[in-house]
Amino acid sequence: MTDAPTAVLEPASAPEPGPLVEDKPRSLKAKSDRSDLPFRIGTRTAASAVLAIMLLVGVFLLLQGGQALSAAGPLKFLTTQSWEPNSGVFGIAAVILGSIFIALTAIVVAVPLATGTALYISEYAPRQIKQGLVTLVDLMAAVPSVVYGLWGLKALQPNITGVSQFIATWFGWIPIFHVDGFDPSDPLSSPTTFTSSTFIIGLVVGMMVAPITCSIMREVFTQAPIGEREGALALGATKWGMIRRVVIPFGRGGMIGGTMLGLGRALGETIAVALIVSPVFVVQPQILKSGANSISALIALRYSESSPFEISALMAAGLALFILTLIVNFGASLVISRSRSGASSD
Amino acid sequence: MTATLPAAAAPAASPQPTPPLPSLDEPRVAAEATEVRRSTGAIRRTDIFGILGAAAAAIALSLWLMTQLLIFQGILPFVGFAYIFFVIIYGIVTRFDESGMAVRDRLVSVLVHSLALVLMLALVWVVGFTFISGFPPLLHLNFFTTDMSAAGPLDPLTRGGILHAMVGTLIMISIALAISIPLGVATAVYLSEFPGRYSRVIRTVVEAMTALPSIVAGLFIYATVILLLGFPRSGFAASLAITVMMLPIIIRSSDVVLRLVPGGLKEASQALGSSRWRTVWHVVLPTARSGLTTAVILGTARGVGETSPVLLTAGLTTFFNFNPFSGPMISLPLATYTFVKSPEENFVQRGFGSAAVLMLLVLVLFIIARLIGGRGPGVLTARQLRRRLQQSRGDDYRFRARELGIAKDGRKAVSLATPAPPTQPQSSVVSKAADTTVKSRFRRGRNAGGTS
Repeated sequence: MTDAPTAVLEPASAPEPGPLVEDKPRSLKAKSDRSDLPFRIGTRTAASAVLAIMLLVGVFLLLQGGQALSAAGPLKFLTTQSWEPNSGVFGIAAVILGSIFIALTAIVVAVPLATGTALYISEYAPRQIKQGLVTLVDLMAAVPSVVYGLWGLKALQPNITGVSQFIATWFGWIPIFHVDGFDPSDPLSSPTTFTSSTFIIGLVVGMMVAPITCSIMREVFTQAPIGEREGALALGATKWGMIRRVVIPFGRGGMIGGTMLGLGRALGETIAVALIVSPVFVVQPQILKSGANSISALIALRYSESSPFEISALMAAGLALFILTLIVNFGASLVISRSRSGASSD
Repeated sequence: MTATLPAAAAPAASPQPTPPLPSLDEPRVAAEATEVRRSTGAIRRTDIFGILGAAAAAIALSLWLMTQLLIFQGILPFVGFAYIFFVIIYGIVTRFDESGMAVRDRLVSVLVHSLALVLMLALVWVVGFTFISGFPPLLHLNFFTTDMSAAGPLDPLTRGGILHAMVGTLIMISIALAISIPLGVATAVYLSEFPGRYSRVIRTVVEAMTALPSIVAGLFIYATVILLLGFPRSGFAASLAITVMMLPIIIRSSDVVLRLVPGGLKEASQALGSSRWRTVWHVVLPTARSGLTTAVILGTARGVGETSPVLLTAGLTTFFNFNPFSGPMISLPLATYTFVKSPEENFVQRGFGSAAVLMLLVLVLFIIARLIGGRGPGVLTARQLRRRLQQSRGDDYRFRARELGIAKDGRKAVSLATPAPPTQPQSSVVSKAADTTVKSRFRRGRNAGGTS
């Protein structure tokens, strides 16, 4: 009889674990409709085509530039300053550094302007004009680069050489502001010493990238959580204190990302540079001195009167620019996606 | 507070009016009547005086430096010096009656305002300069109606125009749009509808490509179409280059817009048994229509203004070419570029003129984009809303008519007052009616989704 209770108990408890074990997570895969197959295939083809185009850009530049690259040798190509492909002496040391100098000048100009404007729009501007300012900045990001180039050539350059001269006179002891062959005490010194300089091109390109950087920064600034803002203000912070402790830490990723996107744009800017530049093929770290260069301007100015080998050399230069901007852009998107920007706190 | 509480609670307990109540109530009524909206702004009179005084002192000081000590010349250094002095003096003036923290706050506020002002002024300068300098050629009608083939290098503005460049721009951008809209929107749909590792790869690549230097896009088409396939420079090659440049921009912004479509709408559609394709076609794309249009128009504005891809692939011409597949073709930005590089004053003027036309084109595109895209996904204009409402009322009327047992076309049936035979066509009517209900549900849901 002692067996009986267990025998009674057994069937009651035994079936319970049974279904639990069998209860596997249900597959969430839906059987797709037959009409969806063409849709899926169609969009997938389109997406693959886009991917293929984007990858082909790199592949073709590499293929076409390969001839020149192998002729010059990759290391020599990176370190030579002059550009005479027909005599076999050519490299991108001067132009790529020129591109970087221009882009850095542009960023130094654009980032304070963009940050200030973004903060103004998101924090200070009266509500009535806020939307108008946003539209204006977005519009400026869409202004064609040739218009900026025209402005830089005909409007900015005549007015800015005085500033260049002033900086060279008083800050010439700083290496990058030094200008060889400029003597402040010589009243006959020609203002053409200062035209077409990296500084002026950088200003124009900076004006161009500032709206882009500004609109990204404004986006992240306005997303700063309202609770944290009000908390800071309630604790007695001034507006600046609130901005420094809440808005800027929150938007830091967006600020860096926007800056790097602007940098990528500035590196690749062509027409505005090509309009103003007077090309030199030496590394020109004196940003106020006349004469600058960039990869894109080199391509735009040289492609038309080029032999096939020269074209190949230009392709190799374009490849270098492409890789440079890709690195900068990937860095930018990495920074933006890693940051807290855009994530709400609660 | 403790004294007023029992007084306020008393009337609730006892119906008869107590003496303290009117005296407690009266001032409140009076205050309500005369209440003025309090200004929450923190600007006081001393702040304004501080700013004005500091500005006057800064201007005076830098004028003195410029005219008496001759440290600098010109308007730009003057403005720069005056600004620096203004910041310093304003800081000192504020320090007289504020704490250090408040002074910092004020100075940052000045800095932010002035940075924004500088950027805005520079941008206004860019646009204003282009329009003002480009005005003289725009006064001549021939600028819009002729090409440059008949105009010599020394001809005045009354000869020659930029019609060929305008036509070229139009043809190029149309071809580019014809390729990039279907491809771009399909890719964006793929990215948002079929998330997975593959679409993540594509999204990353597309995002990296949005900042593809335009000259590299031009070089790519030059390397493939012209060098590899052996086609001559043509308008079609240029439009391909513009397409390569515009595609990532359109895909990226369309992707963002499509991701904003409320998930509830898609789920509702699928729950009703529609396939994915129908969901996308009838729910997702119509909901995101305004955002997609904006994405496309903004991409167009970028594509229209690009010079360097066209420079490499289209070639130069001074006369008409309607055929994008043969012969060189020129676009507005390229025309601007070549005009401005010329040493002739008239050509430079024409360059400004075409820049102004280009700027105007971009401006118009942008305004259209704002008008369409100012609303979120699915938010309707007043007219669309009215039409939807009317349609919905019509549906309602028809349903009720059918419930009453009247024929397919409710209005007619009611006026004739003849009950229709509810036999054969019933099933098709029902299914049609169900279809319209579903549709109107979506529309209504769309409104709700957009506004919330």
